[in-house]
Amino acid sequence: MGSAPSLVAHPGTAGIELSAAGSWTVDHARSLDGIILDMMRTTPADVPVTINMRSIAALDTYGAWLVERFIRARESGSGSTRLDGLPERYRALYEEISTTERDAPQPAKHRPSILRSIAWLGQAAAGFGRDLVDFANMLGAIVVSLARVVANPRSFRITPTMHHLDRVGWQAVPIMLLITFLIGCIIAQQGFFHFRKFGADAYVVDMVGILVVREIGVLIIAIMMAGRSGSAYTAELGSMKMREEIDALRTMGRDPVDVLILPRIIALVIALPILTFLGSMAALYGGGLVAWAYGGMSPAIYIERLREAVSLTHFEVGMIKAPFMALVIGVVACAQGLAVQGSAESLGRETTASVVKSIFLVIVLDGLFAVFFASVDM
Amino acid sequence: MANDKAIDVRDLVVGFGPRTVLDRVTFDVRRGEVFGFVGGSGSGKSVLLRTIIGLVPRRSGSIEVLGTRLDTANAEERRGIERRWGVLFQQGALFSSLTVLQNVQFPMVEYLDLPQRLMDEMAAAKLDMVGLRRADHDKMPSELSGGMTKRVALARALALDPELVFLDEPTSGLDPIAAGDFDALIKTLQETLGLTVFMITHDLESLHTICDRVGALADGRVVATGSIESMLACEHPWVRSYFQGRRATAVNERFANIEP
Ligand SMILES: Nc1ncnc2c1ncn2[C@@H]1O[C@H](COP(=O)(O)OP(=O)(O)OP(=O)(O)O)[C@@H](O)[C@H]1O
Ligand SMILES: [Mg+2]
Repeated sequence: MGSAPSLVAHPGTAGIELSAAGSWTVDHARSLDGIILDMMRTTPADVPVTINMRSIAALDTYGAWLVERFIRARESGSGSTRLDGLPERYRALYEEISTTERDAPQPAKHRPSILRSIAWLGQAAAGFGRDLVDFANMLGAIVVSLARVVANPRSFRITPTMHHLDRVGWQAVPIMLLITFLIGCIIAQQGFFHFRKFGADAYVVDMVGILVVREIGVLIIAIMMAGRSGSAYTAELGSMKMREEIDALRTMGRDPVDVLILPRIIALVIALPILTFLGSMAALYGGGLVAWAYGGMSPAIYIERLREAVSLTHFEVGMIKAPFMALVIGVVACAQGLAVQGSAESLGRETTASVVKSIFLVIVLDGLFAVFFASVDM
Repeated sequence: MANDKAIDVRDLVVGFGPRTVLDRVTFDVRRGEVFGFVGGSGSGKSVLLRTIIGLVPRRSGSIEVLGTRLDTANAEERRGIERRWGVLFQQGALFSSLTVLQNVQFPMVEYLDLPQRLMDEMAAAKLDMVGLRRADHDKMPSELSGGMTKRVALARALALDPELVFLDEPTSGLDPIAAGDFDALIKTLQETLGLTVFMITHDLESLHTICDRVGALADGRVVATGSIESMLACEHPWVRSYFQGRRATAVNERFANIEP
């Protein structure tokens, strides 16, 4: 550590002599900073000053800079400043520090908070517009890539598509079945609990059937997919973007959309309807189990009532929505992935944005479909 | 206490899975010297560096850094040692969500209790010393060129005026002028601050101009250590082809002419 540093002023006829002693090193940087600031305040700018460094015990870049800061601060005044007796072995170090650029680093400017919030509002609006453009761009690029594949089916990348199908479809089956099964149980239990008061037990089956097949099945699966697979897509593409893998692909004459994005989206569009179907079945099964165990309804009656309540139309409504939701999730996930900038923070930000946006859009889409199906009487 | 040694590695064995990368490596680095380390690509130089600073587990052997065995040191002792060294990783390893200036300030914030103004000034001074212009101080790491990344990483390694620095290929990616400036800077710091440098390098110029001693790694072992002259005279086949190869000979001749 060394001894504590000091700087003592001796006023003389030919100006002030400041004699430095102790260790002018990083370990004492805080107290040195105070000493130098005090000295800058107390020495008049028009008196010549000599800094005597003869008896310092140690000097490093911190000490050297603080001496240099003092000298630079006095340059505007009329009194001269001289450095005296700097031991030979520190010459080169001081030289190194004293030749650094002169203008002090600019402190960041702060705008008044009202301006900041207006600026923020503008940025948010612009960001929303940019998101729309990104989404449209990505959708367009995917359509073009798909058209290329249709024109030349042999260029389709079947292996990666299968790989992604395995990841987002097959490997997701257990968790999707479990969750939809539980949701089916909960809806049925709530139905029996509340409907029983009106003696409307029988209609629980209608509610479970229509709700699951038309809405809940596809919605739950889509939201789960956005969280499970959409986020993975964004993180994968984002880290590839960060490490210039996507640029490398481009320079080798491969379109990243063909190679990376189309297989992912196709896998999602295939997997989501299948999972929706499986999930709906699991939910109906769960509902039936609760009806039997809690509602006292025999499985035969449950199935019979289900057959009356759920028409093919309800089933179609649910299944038609599934691929569109998959497309929205995939497009958002890939667009966010390619929006990742260089930093790890931006990777996290885009992944969050990907999940939030795709869930939001899935629900908006579901609302639009509800309006559409109502108007065509489905 | 063997206090004249900054790094003391004895019979170090390191491997990944079935593969042994370092096989009973033994060498030491004395205080205040610049120790250059050479070896072919993939020979395990970076692995050795990472093992010394405690990032890669070793199979056997002992490592002593600044007089302390890191494996038996407690958290506080370790922190004390880490405060006294600086590391430059081969890929720079800058924090991607901090600006250049904040990257250099990071160790200061972590280990020192300084006013913000002094940290700003010191970080700017360190960046100046490694030759990064003021205009680049507020950039993010993703906006830097390869050579600029190296410079910032060097400034960060030197941020606390450490006693010991580990440098993994500091001059690769720098133009020859910048590499020469780097050599001069390291020399200055070594002479004035008594800095000890452990430097992995392929730069024959650096080896000739600033390295006091050189170690060569081949087949998982340190096959030779000594001054650059003794390396030129070494009989080991790999060392011979490294220092007597076509590219090396041109540099050797230049230096032979300069030196008396
Ligand atoms: N985390 C790891 N897991 C498995 N093997 C590794 C790991 N890190 C390094 N290796 C292997 O250890 C060997 C030595 O790698 P190292 O990075 O030390 O090479 P190097 O000597 O630094 O080469 P270069 O000069 O190219 O940087 C290589 O064969 C590498 O494949
Ligand atoms: Mg390496």
